[in-house]
Amino acid sequence: MSDPRDNVQEEFLAEAQELVEALSRDLLLLDEAHHRNERIDPGLINEIFRSVHTLKGIAGMFGYKHVGVVAHTLEDLLDDLRLGRTSVGPQLLDVLFDSVEHFQRLLALDDPQSPEEEARVQAYIAAVRSIGTETAEEEGDPLHKYAIDPAVLSVLTEYEEHRLRACIREGFRLYRLRAVFDLTAIDDSIETLRNVASDDAEIITYLPSMEGGNDDTIEIVVLLASGVPEAQLQAHFEGRYGGIEAIEERTHLPTLPPRLTSIPSTAASMGAQPEEDPSQASLHSVANSVRVDIRKLDHLMNVVGELALVRSAVNRIVDQFKGESTYRQSLMDLDRIGRGFERQLSELRTGILDVRMVPLGQVFNKLARIVRQAAREHDKQVRLVVTGANTEVDKLIVEKLTDPLMHLVRNAIDHGIEPADARTRVAKSAEGTLALNAYHKGSNVVIEVEDDGGGMNAHQLRETAVSLGLLSTDAGHELSRQEMLNLVFLPGLSTRSEVTDLSGRGVGMDVVKTNILRMGGMISIESEQGSGTKITVTLPITLAIIRALIVTIASRTFALPITAVREAIPYIPEEVRTIEGREVITLRGETLPICDLARLFGFRGSSRKKGGFVVVASMGNRELGFVVDGLVGQDDVIIKALGKSLSSVRGFAGATDLGDQKVALVLDAPALFTEHFDGPEALRAAETHP
Amino acid sequence: MAFHALIVDDSGAVRAFVRASLEDADFARVQEAETGFEALRLLASNAFDVVIVDINMPDINGLELLAFMKKSPRQQGAQKILISTQMDGQDAKRGAELGADAFLKKPFEVDELRELIRRLLGSAEKVSG
Repeated sequence: MSDPRDNVQEEFLAEAQELVEALSRDLLLLDEAHHRNERIDPGLINEIFRSVHTLKGIAGMFGYKHVGVVAHTLEDLLDDLRLGRTSVGPQLLDVLFDSVEHFQRLLALDDPQSPEEEARVQAYIAAVRSIGTETAEEEGDPLHKYAIDPAVLSVLTEYEEHRLRACIREGFRLYRLRAVFDLTAIDDSIETLRNVASDDAEIITYLPSMEGGNDDTIEIVVLLASGVPEAQLQAHFEGRYGGIEAIEERTHLPTLPPRLTSIPSTAASMGAQPEEDPSQASLHSVANSVRVDIRKLDHLMNVVGELALVRSAVNRIVDQFKGESTYRQSLMDLDRIGRGFERQLSELRTGILDVRMVPLGQVFNKLARIVRQAAREHDKQVRLVVTGANTEVDKLIVEKLTDPLMHLVRNAIDHGIEPADARTRVAKSAEGTLALNAYHKGSNVVIEVEDDGGGMNAHQLRETAVSLGLLSTDAGHELSRQEMLNLVFLPGLSTRSEVTDLSGRGVGMDVVKTNILRMGGMISIESEQGSGTKITVTLPITLAIIRALIVTIASRTFALPITAVREAIPYIPEEVRTIEGREVITLRGETLPICDLARLFGFRGSSRKKGGFVVVASMGNRELGFVVDGLVGQDDVIIKALGKSLSSVRGFAGATDLGDQKVALVLDAPALFTEHFDGPEALRAAETHP
Repeated sequence: MAFHALIVDDSGAVRAFVRASLEDADFARVQEAETGFEALRLLASNAFDVVIVDINMPDINGLELLAFMKKSPRQQGAQKILISTQMDGQDAKRGAELGADAFLKKPFEVDELRELIRRLLGSAEKVSG
């Protein structure tokens, strides 16, 4: 019999990865709170414990021995932490952060049982065990202070009971709240309750009671602890859930403990429903979510594409019968139905795209860990400021983006931000700032990695390029400052760390650029010596489908992604001038370089003489006019890969079906930009780079 | 042996594991709940033969669900299995007091789970028959 685990292995890996990501995110919060000497939220520590605890359980069941062993050792440590037997310190944080790397490695390995791994895991376990526990002094059981129903105490887990004790020790008062919830909406209602309580009170537990409920509703008693004055808390819960009630402190030992069930419920509390807060809509319970393999979404998107083709085929038949009066009414009906079909199809497409979107925060969390690690390695003080973590982008892009962004972040800390003493010498704050900003701009997403470090030395870059023979001395002298900075992306220049260290950027910027270009994106750089560097990455929001401008070039049809297009203007041959061997026109007083695509593709030997259009495209901080013969219109197109034999053809992002059984090539705007501005050499070098 | 089971655990992988283990070999109908609240919803409207509950869940924990089932007329016939990582701890002790019929130590094996359920349902039949 087959092992039933085989079928759910993917489920395990996906969940394990999510748990490790959550762990990493929570550790950063813990680290931050510790650094600021803030009170550490016990809920946060419990979350960290829970991630490791769950990981331990599932790793054991799915045969990931080492993951299970590491998680088990950490679980003991974290249990001590959440039960107050040890406290947060630098050594503990280091060990916890290291666990993330261990888990990620162990989950990715093909052979996690090798002797080297065994040794690594054992060394790590020894490090975890070296952290001792402290035993806190117990001064009698604080639980005796309150008259809590023994029935309540009997269903608390060890952790909940510990929290109850800790809260009483901190001088918090205990309260109870009872509310009747609609069973179908209970997750949302509890989320709302959690938000209402938020900063003012800690929820110890929720107890389902048998009273006051029926098949559709249930009464829940919530046990709360709070340090804010009772009147303030009462005011906060006024009118919600029938209010809260303080649990009496014992003055002497009662003969009979007051029972929770003896508390009269008011009519209002019986029917009380938490108000729906629309702002909480996005906080939907994870219980309502499913995990989907992205290939399944790709498949669905292909089906949508096929349906669009069916629709076009029906349209063509309708067209054939147009003018025949016998079918007039039927054709009108068919036309109306067809339009409805198209609307639904478009919604379906938007829906599928929406499912593919994930917040960039997922990557930013990984980067935050890199920042912490790199800053520690170089003994630099770095503050990370993140904006736009909720900006959503296609899951595939997020995955491919991680490596390039990690590289940029590392560079900014290794080579950009100066050591504290160097910073104070030039009257900067000792702590450097690294900003990660993300935002949508049209149908692109923009990500900025900005540091306030020493900036790049443009002249130094030029001299290095000349000395390496990547640039002639004469050509070097003609470069603008921006062009000098762009040299950092040249292959061969930034791969030599000892040289580029001097110019304020580390290795591999050409690789970063290549990866971004492959995703149909652009990368640009701004840097001011002494004050910092900003790298801007512009990417399409999704890789799967794009809105395109359909153009004709020498009677052939092409699609140009609309994200790159700014406007289209008539082409007037008399207005074309030549500067330094390149054709340009003047658009609203600015010089615009143009590129005749028919000539570039070899359809025609010379530039066109009349008619046609200039499609003005922009990428990063550059603009270029593509000369085309005709404009057909706009369309949503699904880009399909060209296939292996054609994948080396430059200038095309893929092919698309236009719905009338005609295939059009999709122009690769970033590649065409690179070809035009940096010459075919740069493009070839970027493409052949491993 | 056809039976109706509920697995309550916040880990999707554990739920998938339990479902695959039971549906594969037996004629079980397995329902899943990710949270205690979701479990309450299902417990209010279904009579289960077996309820498998993880003790450590956020919000409503496994012990609270056991206490709820003890009072619920619909679940009087249910065999209650508590999943815990420690068999000798305070949590497991409380579970026994609240009427858990058996314990499963996480991580557990496919056969271990199947065997336990066969045993529980077999003895339940003897009692009722």
